[in-house]
Amino acid sequence: MLRIRAEKDFWAGLLYVLLAAGFLWFGRDYKMGAASRMGPGYFPLTLGWILFGFGAISVVRSFLTDGPVIGGVAWKKLAIITAAILAFAILLPKFGLIFALPALVLLSSLASEQSEYDLKSLLALVGLVAFCIIVFVKGLGVPMPIFGSLFDGIVPPSWQR
Amino acid sequence: MDLFANLWLGLSTAMTPVNLLYALMGVFLGTAIGVLPGLGPAATIAMLLPATFAMPPVTALIMLAGIFYGAQYGGSTTAILVNLPGETSSVVTAIDGYQMARQGKAGRALAVAALASFFAGTVCTLLIALFAPPLAEVALKFGPAEYFSLMVLGLIASIVLANGSILHALGMIILGLLLGLIGTDVNSGAQRYTFGLPELADGIGFVTVAMGMFGIGEIIANLEHESTRDVSIKEVKGLWPTRDDFKRSIGPTLRGTALGSVLGILPGGGASLAAFGAYALEKKVSPNRHEFGKGAIEGVAAPESANNAGAQMSFIPMLTLGIPANPVMALMIGAMIIQGVQPGPSVMNEQPALFWGLIVSMWLGNLMLLVLNLPLIGMWVKMITIPYRYLFPAILVFCAIGVFSLNNATFDVYFMALFGVIGYVFKKLDCEPAPLLLGFILGPMMEEFLRRALLLSKGDPMVLVTRPISATMLALAGILLCLVLLPAFSKTREEAFQEE
Repeated sequence: MLRIRAEKDFWAGLLYVLLAAGFLWFGRDYKMGAASRMGPGYFPLTLGWILFGFGAISVVRSFLTDGPVIGGVAWKKLAIITAAILAFAILLPKFGLIFALPALVLLSSLASEQSEYDLKSLLALVGLVAFCIIVFVKGLGVPMPIFGSLFDGIVPPSWQR
Repeated sequence: MDLFANLWLGLSTAMTPVNLLYALMGVFLGTAIGVLPGLGPAATIAMLLPATFAMPPVTALIMLAGIFYGAQYGGSTTAILVNLPGETSSVVTAIDGYQMARQGKAGRALAVAALASFFAGTVCTLLIALFAPPLAEVALKFGPAEYFSLMVLGLIASIVLANGSILHALGMIILGLLLGLIGTDVNSGAQRYTFGLPELADGIGFVTVAMGMFGIGEIIANLEHESTRDVSIKEVKGLWPTRDDFKRSIGPTLRGTALGSVLGILPGGGASLAAFGAYALEKKVSPNRHEFGKGAIEGVAAPESANNAGAQMSFIPMLTLGIPANPVMALMIGAMIIQGVQPGPSVMNEQPALFWGLIVSMWLGNLMLLVLNLPLIGMWVKMITIPYRYLFPAILVFCAIGVFSLNNATFDVYFMALFGVIGYVFKKLDCEPAPLLLGFILGPMMEEFLRRALLLSKGDPMVLVTRPISATMLALAGILLCLVLLPAFSKTREEAFQEE
């Protein structure tokens, strides 16, 4: 019975194989050309096969030699941080920084067991939002809406930029 | 003499008020992030890249370089005071530095660390000024075949120092190369792997990849091992080393500088290796070796001079060949490309003010660090005590805003999140992000050089091994790969990383 003896080798190898397969599949129509006239497919498809090879070796090896186990994966924290960034990106155009930044900060704070929700943290959050608006929007001119498109006509235009 | 004319040009560039100010800002920020846990120079530079777009190229590079070597200083401060190395390159400094701090000699350890670093920085500035021009001269004669082989060598060398399995590192390189190819093929105009998304026509922004993998990925990894850090620091006093300290530090500093200069040129992050090597060397040759681990001043001077020398020297391959030796240099190359400067040997001739200004600014920056760090030590100590729970949301905010400002689009923010996930998952599997980033930068360049080399040779791949320089570099890459695979060597390599 085959048994995975090196977890990290197995999963890394599998990822490489899958990613390589993706690059090979989506690049299947790219012209190879000849060595003297490399087409757009020549380099990526060659690399794709090399990556496929490395991945396959890693997978095979994971059944033959012992290796380290992965241990715990912080899926929850990974999901929280990712969700926080996505929330920022989704909220920014419509709602603006005023909502997107606190959403990013508060959501991400859930990923830490040591987060405290006291007055000091609230002040830090308000300070951070104010700093970002003054430095990035007003100072450096990054075109991020302070209040997003939902507030068009409700707040003065100078509050939006 | 040319050297003096060049250094004078550099001095007049670096001494303009604007450049001095940004150099100061760079080293200040660098020290701060070196002190702060969980935030490395790569992530910081990635975060600040968008802010440098509006600056002139030389100013931008001066500031980014300042962050890089400032971080080396800051990292050693925390290593000595609280036994928490801010950067991997100051891990060994913590061994004896912290012992000295416990014996009430923190001030002396800090001063020796700063002085040794400054000495190494000065020597290396001179070395770069001496050796970079002839190296660039040679590189100017390189054809596409030589460049291709040089990049192969650079990529292979980068895995020697990557933590974890060789196979995984090789995979990361190839994956990085592939990701770098996404976008419009410069030769045929064909869209590759863009899935019809216009945002991908110019490829994935490399700042986005770097911020995702180094910034976000690291935050998640740090949160996983979150611990309450009990930071109690005694008051730091007695900053001036004794005459005996000086006498005992001279030898180790000289040897550390020499070792760091040699190792620093090697691709793959010479600073950490140099520090480990210098410490191990002193342990063998020092007359006070019985004191090592118990607070020997040599154990601070040697690794500190070595890591600064290594960090400084890693600019040589970047400036002369356009080849990044570590992720930070990859980011610097990215910054140059964005600024419209084509990295490579021609920079020195076409933009002498930029080249020499940057080099002289490194020396000025080291001087600033020396002046800045010792009196401000109280402030850095306060900074060490900032808990991570306050830091990481702020880092996330700056990453998100920084990446948004690249194209003023939320598209890049989504991609940053994606690369954060990729970075964390691969890290869990012992696949380091650094080789991927190097591959990502070099991917399009390698394809172009290979294409040209094969075009000139009419499709004969033997051109890579029949041209002597190209063949030498490929042979070196092969030897390096064999060495890493040799059981004896891989064991020492593992041990070196174990100590971290």
